[in-house]
Amino acid sequence: MPHIYSEKDLDFILYDMLDTEGLLKTERYAEHSREAFNQILETSTRMAEDLYQPHAAKVDANEPEFDGEKVTIIPEVKEALDAYREAGFPGALFPFEQGGMQLPVTIAQASGFIFGAANVSTAGYAMLSLGAANLISSFGSQAQQDRFLSQMIEGRFFGTMCLSEPQAGSSLSDIRTKAVPQEDGTYAITGTKMWISGGEHDMSENIIHMVMAKIEGAPAGAKGISLFIVPKIMVKEDGTLGKRNDVKLAGLNHKMGYRGTVNTFLSFGEEGGAVGYLVGEPNKGLAYMFQMMNEARIGVGLGATSLGYTGYLHSLDYAKGRPQGRLIDGKDPTTPMVPIIEHADIKRLMMQQKSYVEGALHLCLYAARLVDDIATCEDAADRKDMELLLDLLTPVVKSWPSEFCLEANKLAIQVHGGYGYTREYPVERFYRDNRLNPIHEGTHGIQGLDILGRKVSMANGRAVELLIERMTKTIVAAKAEATLSAHATALEEAVGVLVSTTQTLLGAAMQGDVARAFANATLYLDAFGHVVLAWFWLQQALKAQEKLAHGADGDDAAFYAGKQAACTYFMRYELPKAVSSLHEQAKLDDTCVSADPAIF
Amino acid sequence: MKVLVPVKRVIDYNVKVRVKADQSGVELANVKMSMNPFDEISVEEAIRLKEAGTATEIVVVTVGPQQAQETLRTALAMGADRGIHVKTDAEVEPLAVAKILKAVAGEESPELIIVGKQAIDDDSNQTGQMLSALLGWPQGTFASKVEKDGDKLNVTREIDGGLQTIKLNLPAVVTSDLRLNEPRYASLPNIMKAKKKPIDAKTPEDYSVDLTPRLQVQKVTEPAERQAGIKVETAAELVAKLKEAGVIG
Ligand SMILES: Cc1cc2nc3c(=O)[nH]c(=O)nc-3n(C[C@H](O)[C@H](O)[C@H](O)COP(=O)(O)OP(=O)(O)OC[C@H]3O[C@@H](n4cnc5c(N)ncnc54)[C@H](O)[C@@H]3O)c2cc1C
Repeated sequence: MPHIYSEKDLDFILYDMLDTEGLLKTERYAEHSREAFNQILETSTRMAEDLYQPHAAKVDANEPEFDGEKVTIIPEVKEALDAYREAGFPGALFPFEQGGMQLPVTIAQASGFIFGAANVSTAGYAMLSLGAANLISSFGSQAQQDRFLSQMIEGRFFGTMCLSEPQAGSSLSDIRTKAVPQEDGTYAITGTKMWISGGEHDMSENIIHMVMAKIEGAPAGAKGISLFIVPKIMVKEDGTLGKRNDVKLAGLNHKMGYRGTVNTFLSFGEEGGAVGYLVGEPNKGLAYMFQMMNEARIGVGLGATSLGYTGYLHSLDYAKGRPQGRLIDGKDPTTPMVPIIEHADIKRLMMQQKSYVEGALHLCLYAARLVDDIATCEDAADRKDMELLLDLLTPVVKSWPSEFCLEANKLAIQVHGGYGYTREYPVERFYRDNRLNPIHEGTHGIQGLDILGRKVSMANGRAVELLIERMTKTIVAAKAEATLSAHATALEEAVGVLVSTTQTLLGAAMQGDVARAFANATLYLDAFGHVVLAWFWLQQALKAQEKLAHGADGDDAAFYAGKQAACTYFMRYELPKAVSSLHEQAKLDDTCVSADPAIF
Repeated sequence: MKVLVPVKRVIDYNVKVRVKADQSGVELANVKMSMNPFDEISVEEAIRLKEAGTATEIVVVTVGPQQAQETLRTALAMGADRGIHVKTDAEVEPLAVAKILKAVAGEESPELIIVGKQAIDDDSNQTGQMLSALLGWPQGTFASKVEKDGDKLNVTREIDGGLQTIKLNLPAVVTSDLRLNEPRYASLPNIMKAKKKPIDAKTPEDYSVDLTPRLQVQKVTEPAERQAGIKVETAAELVAKLKEAGVIG
């Protein structure tokens, strides 16, 4: 069985590419050490291999069931999550004063990557709970934190995010769930929420639902949405549990993948109103949610990367062990068949996967590192800049891995031939699991509108400027290396095309041609992502060059040569796709946008 | 009861070991290293004894290079109380380790020393037995169960015919076998606490132990590759083949 991820690559990205050790110099992370980081990743790896991976196929084949009373999930999921809690992971990111471990986001995300690579749907519960806890920690009152958050940090309460409704998914401004103020200061919540992950189970003592609802009389649209804490079981002021709240499970959704993460249709207030506690101020719900989005979306991108990465390693293992056919230039039938990794087309499938998954890992952890930099930056102007950069990159971090690591999963199946299409091998499951990622947390299409409609123009384009500044540094350094200068030039030209296409599109939008300007926003996002990924690959190749020049040998030399090869592949085969797409987009073509629905 | 647990830094059990090109040993450069799995079991057992109120303090000791400190840190993160690092870059053989451990035991006066039955790098299976002989303490090797019984220790041993339980006087040396327990994961809070736990830095000279190897490695080679098997049709053919191979007379 292959490893679920590459420790060597994670180490390379964390320490050689992102200087995670540099965080130790900040006051916030001074208590930590590289040794402690490694031990945490070691514990993550062991638990992932011992407790998460072994039931990944089983929970896929035995999805959660609801008999009208109770949800049943195979016991291995709870066992894994119990061990996760006992090891202290739920509190990893929270400050010491709150009973947490004050771990850098970079390391916590790297740990999440490991668990995701082993079993993404069991790992999902922790991610959801963290998202809910983050909201309460950032915007909840002290009383709410005392009552709910501490038990979430301990891992005894899980959490959910209740945004979507049957009639309102992408368009959250159209939600209907209602909140009516009560005399005791609480709100009575009524309505239905669709797609709620982790919405009902008894693997935790309680479930804290973070519910988006509209207070009676609130303004229409997104500006009228408020955020509420709605516990499944009421929590008394002393933290002990009371009676059940008016939240009912109406049914389960039966999904293509991510099957271990129970997905629910929840009904609030069938008996008059579920008790809800307003978080922060009224009508600020969506704004609060968006402030938490960056981190949650790094988690989605990284989850997609976990699946792509582990699929890559599984297909690599298979390609080395499967003899089939003979080389095209040596077809003597009396010679033994060669392992398929010898075939050019399999090498191409491997190279494409490698360039996607290793690049995506760098992208996601880079974003995580930005979150840490923002949290530790003492200079307000620098901090503002990094916030802009993170805001700009967030749709890429969410969407690029979701699209291209899913593509990697498709290629991993291809490497397996017919065997990959069976349930005897896990690669088809990775594909099905990963297929969720372009859909939830803002669909691929919505992310396209976000980057082109909002992000590239915010602060007068300052974010794009900052990104180009950082890219230029790499380009300049790479130009000085004989082996990389052609790649540096290719990236420089691609950045030029990206900038000019962006100007053309935004210019058209300003002149009122909004429909055509944003018609290909999703393709724009993909191309933007490819240019960013080319930058990450150039950075990796530069570092590899440096290591080789310093005499890396043996396995190390092969590792760095692999980085250079993947960079070359990406520059020659992938980046041109983006450049050509950007050229097309700049033509403001309306083939799709002007199509009358009647023609389909 | 104070418990002493020696731990060794070895090639990680997941790594495919490769022989060095010059056949002088196995490749250690850039290879993932971790705590010998049997030592993890020993540390776990000591922690369980402490949790049960039987042990009062757990001291972990390692003999090895600077990086062996990480191995101590791992033991501390599991729950050991403090560490002793006997630093050396030399190749150490079981006898030298046993001598150092004897000296450490002289200073620390533990009532129990739990040694892994063997280290997965050289598979010697000697240190615990040598240590017991040097100290003149009773030994309970290949333990699958350890229980304090008044001022004695009941040790269940895995032997060829099944299980054997013996009663040892204390102080004693126990060597741990695979089924003794399942080691815990180092939790995040304990990893953080471990950073503050003390590690004493020592050298072999502090204990006046001469590390000079008594054995000389001639050469190290990969195990021969397994030959493909053949299928035989009948029992008679099998017997014939076995005779042919000189396996039976
Ligand atoms: C397994 C799973 C788990 C989920 N977990 C949760 C959860 O825990 N909590 C939660 O609140 N939600 C959850 N969701 C819901 C998820 O976020 C929504 O499915 C998603 O936002 C899309 O909404 P929708 O399904 O209603 O699709 P729609 O919004 O109807 O979209 C259908 C298609 O139309 C496109 N589209 C919609 N509007 C536009 C537009 N303005 N411009 C261009 N294209 C558009 C979309 O991109 C999409 O391709 C989950 C969904 C799934 C499948």
